[in-house]
This record gives sequence, structure tokens and C-alpha cells, in this order.
Amino acid sequence: MRRWWIPAAGALALISVLLGAMVGPAGPTWWRVPLALLDHLPLISIDSGVTSREWTIIWDIRMPRVVLASLVGSMLSLSGASYQGVFRNPLVDPYLLGVAAGAGLGATLVFTLNRSGSSTWIIDPLPLSAFAGGLLAVLVTYVVGTAFGGQKSASTLVLAGVAVTALATAVQTFVLQRHTDVVRQVYSWILGRLSSATWGDVRLVLPYVVISSAVLFMHRRLLDIMRVGDDEATALGASVNRVRIVVVIAATLGTSAVVAVSGLIGFVGIIVPHAVRLLAGASYRVIVPLSLLMGASFLIIADIPGRVLQNPSETPIGVVTAFLGAPFFLLLLRTKQGTR
Amino acid sequence: MTSLQFSGVGVRYGQHDALNNFTDTVKPGEWLCLIGPNGAGKSSLLRSVAGLAKHSGEIRVDGSPLRMRSAKRRAQLVAYVPQSPVLPDDMTAREYVVLGRNPFISHFGTETKHDWAIVADVLKRLDLVDLAHRPVGTLSGGEKQRVVIARAIAQEAPILLLDEPTSALDIGHQQQALELVDQLRKEHGLTVVSAMHDLTLAGLYSDRLCLLHQGYRVVSGTAAEVLRQETLAEFYGVSARVHHAEDGTVVVIPYRQGSNGN
Repeated sequence: MRRWWIPAAGALALISVLLGAMVGPAGPTWWRVPLALLDHLPLISIDSGVTSREWTIIWDIRMPRVVLASLVGSMLSLSGASYQGVFRNPLVDPYLLGVAAGAGLGATLVFTLNRSGSSTWIIDPLPLSAFAGGLLAVLVTYVVGTAFGGQKSASTLVLAGVAVTALATAVQTFVLQRHTDVVRQVYSWILGRLSSATWGDVRLVLPYVVISSAVLFMHRRLLDIMRVGDDEATALGASVNRVRIVVVIAATLGTSAVVAVSGLIGFVGIIVPHAVRLLAGASYRVIVPLSLLMGASFLIIADIPGRVLQNPSETPIGVVTAFLGAPFFLLLLRTKQGTR
Repeated sequence: MTSLQFSGVGVRYGQHDALNNFTDTVKPGEWLCLIGPNGAGKSSLLRSVAGLAKHSGEIRVDGSPLRMRSAKRRAQLVAYVPQSPVLPDDMTAREYVVLGRNPFISHFGTETKHDWAIVADVLKRLDLVDLAHRPVGTLSGGEKQRVVIARAIAQEAPILLLDEPTSALDIGHQQQALELVDQLRKEHGLTVVSAMHDLTLAGLYSDRLCLLHQGYRVVSGTAAEVLRQETLAEFYGVSARVHHAEDGTVVVIPYRQGSNGN
């Protein structure tokens, strides 16, 4: 039974990619899109009836957006699941821990320091600065949250995350007040945007997502061991602190990179892992690969109404996920408090 | 079979000495039961062996110091069942038991067929096959305790540490759990060190009792030697009669002052 989840989620991801490529204003008739994609595979030749202008819409406008959505969705879901694992706290995700706000602050600083001036750099400073901000935020959240509430308190960590988020956002606002020239740019970025995605954005985040996912994937068995608590995990021979540090750094690196290109897209890291737990059980051996696949599908699909509604001007993806995620979080808070 | 030696072991939490200068040798295959009132240092002693409490002095397994071992190697030698184990509600019994194989798996590795075969075997022997795919949150107290012991057995360590293994169980399940430990230690030649509050059960199952009080080792010996009325009164502050049954069982019976006490 359980072994079917991963192929099923893989198939769902593939369907989501196709769906994402088929829907949108302008472009060819929807059923021609899969044919056109097949036609461009090596060794396959199909007359799809798609003009080269239409192909440009599919390949240069829709596909980068779909691929970026899948990378962002995967990364946020996987990071959320990993944070929940190492902090043994079902309520945390990249946003509630302050990682996203910290990364946002880091990214804002790059914007205000004139991003175009850094275009000649070998490595784009945007993800790195976001990473520094995100890592700092998660460290402060963790230290403050555990210092006051102890390891056992789920809500203290979340409250600390809220405080860190507020602080980072306040600093960000302060910085923006002094650099009004980039306000528009930063504001549209904050709302979460996949709409202006290019293959360049995909290339920018891909290495971070791959490295971070690979590290987290390799820790899936250890995340199961972390669930029995630091003492018992240590007695079982696990290096608890090393696992926690490596997982937090990997999850923060991936989150920060995707935040740097896609802006603040909230609640993905909490909705997807919990949906996976409900469906396929609570072992991280299943949660990790499934979060990766389902996260991709979730964000591609969540991005579709944004493109269709209010056509031609778009609903930011961050608004869609918050609309779905906030009630979900409250529901989760209620059930978790009830069992405590 | 494996011996466990303590020489001058002390555990300190901040300014507080939880355990002082504990010296003892647990013989291969022996079941030593630590007794003593709350705060006597029983848990601290067990935690120091499990690598969870920094200690002074030396703990040796078969003559070689445990402090030289890596966490993994230590876990191959010592399995530890804490007083109140954390059982993630939604983890299945089988997923929980396989955690015991961690000491044998490399950091990024996964379980081999051999590991799963051991888990299957342990589940079978502890009569847990029917519960293997149930989330542990849905199990009863006695079943949970069996699952926790199963994880420790899957660890295949020659030394088993049990901190209050029966405190959450009713009298029937207490007996079942202790019988199980006794049977497993005989089958596997385990050396067992447990901390227990129920003195009658402690005397019934262990080979030797060791009484601790305020971090000091007071006396050690058979149940008949240690469980004496004056000793219990002095160190537990309890009014209890000690009854010696014909089969050698030592029974501790508390009584109320002013009623029919002798």
C-alpha cells in the first residue's frame, strides 16, 4: 500500500507540470501543448500545429514558471517537514520560524544596495544574502524559543518565530523607507511572484535546491530517530546536535534561495507535510520524498488560479497559499493543542 | 557475556552531586537492581552508562573504558530504556523498533535486509507481530512497554539498562514485563541493570540489590540481606514489615503507625 504513494505522487507531479503548461492567457489551444512538448523530445516527431510564437509562450513563459513553482514548492515543503522533525514541533515552517522574513530582509538589503551593480559578480549575492538573513533569524528564534519555553513547548518556538518575523519585517520597512526608489520592486517581490519567472531564475535557485534537498534526503532516517527525543536518540548512538545543525543549515539554505527569487510564499511548508502525514503515515522515510513531490504539485496547481483569475492582471501566489494555509494552520493548532 | 565495572563514578548537576564515588562490578549475565528513595542517584547512574550524564571516575565494559567509545559503539554495547520513553503517537510499532538498529547503520545509510530480519524476529518473539503496523499511540500501556523493550532488544547490546521499567504498569503487566526481561536475558546472556521502586519485585527478579541514598552506595547483596526492616526505615523512612516466604521470596509490606504494626 505504502509503496504506491511515491509513484502516485510522481505521476501527480507530472500531470501538474502538464496542466501548468496548458493553462494561461494567450498561447495555443490547451490540448496542443502536450503534443508540442512531446514533439520537442528527442527522437519524437509529432505535428502539434503549434506555431513558433506559441511555442515561445509555452517554453519561455509558462515552463520556467512551472519549473520554478515546482522547485519552490518542493523546497518549502521539504524544509517545513525537516524543521518540524528536528525541532520536534508540528507547528513550525520556514515562515513561522522567521527564516523567510530573515531571508527577505537579507534580499531587501541586496535590492537597496543596487542589485544591478552586482550583475558582474560570479555568484549572485541575492541568495547568499538571503541565506545569511535566514540563518540568523532561525538561530535567534531557536535560542529565544527554547530558552524561555524549554524543548517541550511547541508554542513558545512559534511565538519566538513571530517576534523574529516582526523584527525582521520592521527593519525591512525601515530600510525601504530610506530607499523609496526600490519600494515597488521589493513590494511586488514580497507578495510572492512566480509570474515573471525566467529560466535565469530557475538556474539561480536550482543548485541550492538540489544541494539542500540531497542533504535533507540523506537525513530522512535520522529525522525518524530525532522523534524519540534528544536523550533517547543519543542513547541510540545518534549525534543529535550534528544532525540538528546540518538539517537546519540545509533547510535554511534551500528556503532562503527560493525566497530570494520567489518572494514570500507562506504556509506551503506546513500544509504539504501535514497532508502527507495524513495520507501516508508519519515516517520521514515517506514524508521526505513525498513532500518533495507533493510540494511541487501543490505550488504548480496553486499558481493556476492566480493566472486565470483577474486575467490579465494576476493574483500573487503568496495570496493564494495564505488563503488556503491560514485556516489550515488554525485547524492544526486546535487539534495539536487538544492532544497535548 | 559482558561485565560492567564502576570505579569511583560520580555525577554532578551544577552544584549538586547526584552520585558520589560509586564503585561496583556487575558480573556477566547478572541482573543488578538499584533501589533507593527518589533522588538517590539511580537514574544518574544509569544515564552515565548510557552516555547521557557527564561523569567522573571510570565505567568499564569487559575491562575497557566506556568513555573512549564513540556514541555509536557505546550504543552497540549498551541499550537504555528510560523511565518515560518518548513514543511518537503516529509511528508504527515496527518503525519504532527499527530505530534500535541505528548503532549498526552508517550516518547516511539505510537499514539492510539483515536489520529488518532482526526487527521481524524481535517482533515475533515479543508477540508483537499483530501490532507491527499499528501506530504506537493506539497501543495500551502494557503493549507500549513491550514495544519499548523490543527496541532495546533489537539493539542487540549485551548490557540492558532499565529505568523504572514497570512504574506505569498494572500488577499483571509488571509481572509480564519483568518475566520478559528475565527470559530475554537468559536467552541472550544479557547483563541487566535496572532501577526499581517496587522492592518486592526488585528482590524477586534481580540477582542482587544495591541500595543508594543521597548519591551514596549504602549496601549491596541479596534481597534477604538488603531488604531489612531497619534499613528500609532508615533510608526510605517507611514503616514496613519484611516477610520471608518459604520459597525465599522477600516481601515488603508497609503498615500504618498505630495500627497492627509490630
